[in-house]
Amino acid sequence: MKNRTFFWFILPTLSAMLLFIALPIASVFVQSLHIEHEQVLVVSESCGPFGCRETTSVDTEATEALREERPLGRFNGLSTYTNRAHLAFAEVGEAWRTTESFGDFFDRIYNLRFYRALIFTLTYTAVVTPLVIALGLAIAIGVNNLPRMIKGPAIFVSLLPFLVTPLVGSLILFWMVDSDGILGATLQWLTGDPTLSLKASATLTWIMLMVYGIWHTLPFSFITFYAGLQTVPEDTLEAAMIDGATRWQRVRHVVVPHLMPLMAFVTLMLLMDNFRVFEPIISFQAQAHATSLSIIIYNDLRESGNPLYGSAAATSMMTIAGVVVLLTPVLIRTWRDFSRKAH
Amino acid sequence: MFLKKFALAGATAALLGSAAYAADCGPNGQSIRVLGSDFPAIQALSGTAQDNCAASASEFVISLKDNTRDFMNQALTPNPAEYSSVIVANATLTQLMNDGLVRPLNDLVEKYGANIKPNQLITIDGNVMAVAFMANSQHLFVREDILAEAGVEGIPATVDEVVAAAEKIRAAGIMEYPLVMNMQVGWNVGEVFNLFYLAHGGEFFAPGSAEPAINNDKARAALADIKRLAEYANPDYLTMASNETQAAWEAGQAALGIMWGSRGGAILDDEGATDAVRGGTVLAAAPTAGDGSTPAATLWWDGITIAANISDEEAEATFAALVSAMTSDMVAEHNDDAIWLLEGYKPGPAAAGVSATAAGGAKPYPMIPYINQMHNALGAELVDYFKGDESADQALADVEAAYMTAAKEAGFLK
Repeated sequence: MKNRTFFWFILPTLSAMLLFIALPIASVFVQSLHIEHEQVLVVSESCGPFGCRETTSVDTEATEALREERPLGRFNGLSTYTNRAHLAFAEVGEAWRTTESFGDFFDRIYNLRFYRALIFTLTYTAVVTPLVIALGLAIAIGVNNLPRMIKGPAIFVSLLPFLVTPLVGSLILFWMVDSDGILGATLQWLTGDPTLSLKASATLTWIMLMVYGIWHTLPFSFITFYAGLQTVPEDTLEAAMIDGATRWQRVRHVVVPHLMPLMAFVTLMLLMDNFRVFEPIISFQAQAHATSLSIIIYNDLRESGNPLYGSAAATSMMTIAGVVVLLTPVLIRTWRDFSRKAH
Repeated sequence: MFLKKFALAGATAALLGSAAYAADCGPNGQSIRVLGSDFPAIQALSGTAQDNCAASASEFVISLKDNTRDFMNQALTPNPAEYSSVIVANATLTQLMNDGLVRPLNDLVEKYGANIKPNQLITIDGNVMAVAFMANSQHLFVREDILAEAGVEGIPATVDEVVAAAEKIRAAGIMEYPLVMNMQVGWNVGEVFNLFYLAHGGEFFAPGSAEPAINNDKARAALADIKRLAEYANPDYLTMASNETQAAWEAGQAALGIMWGSRGGAILDDEGATDAVRGGTVLAAAPTAGDGSTPAATLWWDGITIAANISDEEAEATFAALVSAMTSDMVAEHNDDAIWLLEGYKPGPAAAGVSATAAGGAKPYPMIPYINQMHNALGAELVDYFKGDESADQALADVEAAYMTAAKEAGFLK
């Protein structure tokens, strides 16, 4: 294709991407460099049904004037990125200098909200992604080998978890693991420990969240691999059988290589999805034991009354950076395959 | 033609007559748009205002939602604002005032405020910013029948007595976890700390500044009190807020509770709870902490505000409509829906807990511009202490550090 033709061909897509992806990211980045103006405070007497007392309030006119002048707020550079709520350079340095053992150092780091969220987010992504791929492939091969009659119903049942809205799905599971719920009560009975509570233990909460994550995203990898299995060349499979390959060898050496491009696609999607894990933590009320990067963005915007836009923007930028770092190996691999095929 | 006019006059007369009395609804043909939280008292007040004044307004919309505070600032920022009035409480008024989104009501109070008592006016530096109509606070809920069964005499009045009563109930084998508190991670944990910290006489900030001042012995005592109580709460307590604690209470799973007064009416009504639970439930003052006499509670009010970014006529009509509902007739009809601050209110059994708590000298929830940042830091950073992962000193130091980071970004601290 000529460069000119190519340009006109790609222009609509390119402008949509600029408008809906690049511009918002740029604006979030600019926002993350700014913080609120200094608030002009006045001390005054406030009275109500429970008597009078001295309080402080914001002089809105004076603050408004500052805001009119520079609507973005005060320029803060990268300080929001390095403050205690984010990368916490000062606190990490202090912890490194003052702690004796690595365990103590880790405890101090885990006490900082960004690292705590990052550790859960990475663990979640690292556990859920490979399990979903492996189990999805296994179910797809299993269903593919079923007799025709029950294939349809089996596919339908395997897809069900995907049809449940994440919030509703996790809420149902949350009620089931309650100490009065069917799973919670059964666990108590099995272990003989009437005080066992899934919601009060950090380890059990993490396991619960990851099991939920696997349950909920499994149908996505299953149906993608199932579609891919329909294109596996029969000749190669038969040739492998004649050569005496076992069932496992056929999967390992024929099916999996054939599905590799799909694997890369599923891995990309899952990494992006899992890295922004959010709904199950809200539904499970699990913030005491597990927070994610999305949760701290939500917290900055919704829980603090007057939102902290700069802080939320900084976390968003670092989430994007995290996704890019995670995706790079997969992308490099895909690019190599592509180049190899092109030459 | 004459007939048509006559019919029209008749219809108007009938409309006016249908309102119980000719309410003064202010300027005609204005648009009235009320936003509030969804609970019975606000339904009663806004509903009555609508009955009184919908006829003279061009539109009268009531939006009652559970998450009002999450979006009300955004809704009032454009000009004209999305709502002409927001029904707020102590903490949420500060949130609106920080952005200058509500207007002073002095002239409107003068014109329409015949029903308003002076103690309903929320005045800041001489400006009336809100008109309160009901009060709320946390207080002690007690199952008298279970206390009697466990051999506890009288109703516990201090934290020590509550802990002793809980221990007796546990020792008697009646309940393993007899106590409920709203300790859900986030706002609720922060609020429980506030109750006990204020009861110990604590202050959140250094006088006249936004510097935090909570890393002290009073805060450590407050945390210790809460931990002693939490020993007797279901191990899941960090996931439980009002809806969960009320459900546990109504299911008869608790005998001692620190819950909101506004839940009292719902527990004592004939829905949800069994007769045994309802009959045994007594609402008492919040327990006092330490050697002090201050109940561990924060006093809250709910009141009306008028948006800044609307026309003066709309503001006047909205205010007149809402105030027209603050009458003894409305209170008589909805007496048990709230602890009304209005004329004609007869405190019933559902109000006993809040009344006793207020009479005991509980502190109001602080109306300070940066209290939201403090409350949020408390809600996030104290959790490790309650989980047993962290000392009180470390947790309080974390709260101060987290607060300072947020307050700096919000422009309250340098």
